[in-house]
Amino acid sequence: MIAFLVRRVAWLMATLLVVYTVTFFLMRAVPGGPFSSERQPPPEIREAIARRYKLDLPLSQQYVSELSRLLRGDLGMSFRLADYSVAEVIAEGWQASASLGTVAMVLAVVVGGGAGVLSAARPGGLVDGLVRVSTMVGISLPSFALAGLAVLLVVYEWRLLPAAGWGTLPQLILPACCLGAVYAAEIARLVRSGVVEAMQSDWVRTARAKGASHSRIVLHHAVRGAIGPVVSFLGPAIAGILTGSVVVEKVFAIPGIGYHFIEAATTRDYTLAMGLVLLYTLLLGVAGILVDLVQAALDPRIDLEK
Amino acid sequence: MARSEPSAVSAAPPEVIPRPRPQLPTSGRLAVVVLGLVVLVAVVVPLMPLPSPRTVDTARSLEPPLAGRLLEELPELEPREGEAADAWIDRGFGELGPISRLMVRARVAICGRWAVSGLLGRDELGRDLCARICWGARVSLAVAVVAALVTLVVGVPWGAVAGWAGGRVDDAMMRAVDVLNSIPLVFLVVFLVTVLGEDSIRLALDSLGIGRLAIFFLVVAAVSWLSMARIVRGRLLELRDATYVEAARASGASPARILLRHVVPNLAGTVVVTLSLTVPRVMLFESFLSFLGLGVQPPDVSWGLLANAGLKALIPLDPAWWLFLFPSAALAVTLLALGFLGDALEAVLDPRRHR
Repeated sequence: MIAFLVRRVAWLMATLLVVYTVTFFLMRAVPGGPFSSERQPPPEIREAIARRYKLDLPLSQQYVSELSRLLRGDLGMSFRLADYSVAEVIAEGWQASASLGTVAMVLAVVVGGGAGVLSAARPGGLVDGLVRVSTMVGISLPSFALAGLAVLLVVYEWRLLPAAGWGTLPQLILPACCLGAVYAAEIARLVRSGVVEAMQSDWVRTARAKGASHSRIVLHHAVRGAIGPVVSFLGPAIAGILTGSVVVEKVFAIPGIGYHFIEAATTRDYTLAMGLVLLYTLLLGVAGILVDLVQAALDPRIDLEK
Repeated sequence: MARSEPSAVSAAPPEVIPRPRPQLPTSGRLAVVVLGLVVLVAVVVPLMPLPSPRTVDTARSLEPPLAGRLLEELPELEPREGEAADAWIDRGFGELGPISRLMVRARVAICGRWAVSGLLGRDELGRDLCARICWGARVSLAVAVVAALVTLVVGVPWGAVAGWAGGRVDDAMMRAVDVLNSIPLVFLVVFLVTVLGEDSIRLALDSLGIGRLAIFFLVVAAVSWLSMARIVRGRLLELRDATYVEAARASGASPARILLRHVVPNLAGTVVVTLSLTVPRVMLFESFLSFLGLGVQPPDVSWGLLANAGLKALIPLDPAWWLFLFPSAALAVTLLALGFLGDALEAVLDPRRHR
């Protein structure tokens, strides 16, 4: 267990270093920097800016100094958002993105899991057909199409909820549903196939032979077969959802992290982009480790030392 | 050390029992029909009697569907001769290839100035939405085709070599995939698009004959092969140690024969299924990037771009719903069909699904 953690954390650190290196050189290999614009300020001011942000140093020195700053836990100042440190930008967006993501994820697990179990309980039945079609729709539909449709119907047509904004519960419902729908569909599919497969297994046959009721077999025995794949799916999905969803945040005007991802890349905000990429990689790596730990706790056959 | 002649072992071939050919389920066949129609529209759209997708008519801005007469004689479709005709096609339909150009001419020759206009409404500049959706299908499908090709040409060999070679080669090749995977995809693509869109680089690429649309295709394709490489590698690891491959090796079959007779047929199903999952994902991605304003740029049209413009037109007072609804529906129907086709193929081709 300890050996496993040490190895995985070391591997995560190595990945972070590689991602840092790739991102660093990728961003600087491009013509045009964060301060290039149509109207160039006088050369003295440009030099002063370059000095202020250490852009006048040779690349190797920039690489080392930025790395040592990051190792001290300081993400630096944003290049483009005046007076904001990267940590502040992330902290501000994090509140919105994380609470939206959490609600969406809980919705997705409850709805998706429930639909998956119902669907697998009677394969080929009416419920199963409905669930399979709607999960396919959920997976296939682009999220902006879903969000747009929701706004058109729920907000304009039926006037049930506010269109956009952030801070109150009614403002949370629609974006959370839109964001959660895709994940719910994925989870429903995983649960369905897991349960259907488990229904063919020896232990389910034994349970049936001993006279367990159908509902008990599905809910108590077969569902366990679906937990593994769902946990594996949830790891990266949670990492993704916590770092914000660009589309949903844009459509519903939510001040989350998602949009900064795009902005940072298009405006060459070196520090902000770096901070966000590392945050995402870190979350993904931690989620991966947690998934393996949970899998091992759930399934005694899994050996972490292998 | 001399090995016995392989022919001695395989002299009497075992009796071959023909495998029952599984049928594509109904949903899959329906999906094939829908996709066929979409592809057909994308291919023959220059022949269809529709208004030009680019002609602006501000007097009819934001006209809802079926507002005017459905069949109209449009002045902009006045047939022209010689170079004037070429310039006219460029302006009205974009820079087309020679075949599409011929098709536009043929259509004007046949239908004259008659066109089905205003079927699905008009956008804020009075452009015909139906024509824009039909022309947009070309770009949206082209992205899918390019990505599918790259996935086949790069992803499959990458995964196959890594899986078959194993050891250090495998480690190195898969680490590269891992790193690319752990950088957020959106960031990578946004970044590539911005970089390649930079004026100096774009001019250099332009001189090589690579337009902005081609750049975008390349970028999307560049990130689409990763999961294919991973899945193919996993499958090959399985195949390399499969008992029947071992048996073939033991009976002295040459590596080439093992690959062609035993590995490739078993890999094909996996590849097709993965491809059928990759293609809708790439189309979704195209629409997503166009939604962010990073993908296809006007005056080119794609479904993602149209749906995005439609989303902006969804304003509280008097929302122009058709601008959002119809492009999204086109995209959704196509993606749905691809999804059902993928499911159907998986059921048919994945040997582990046969009980």
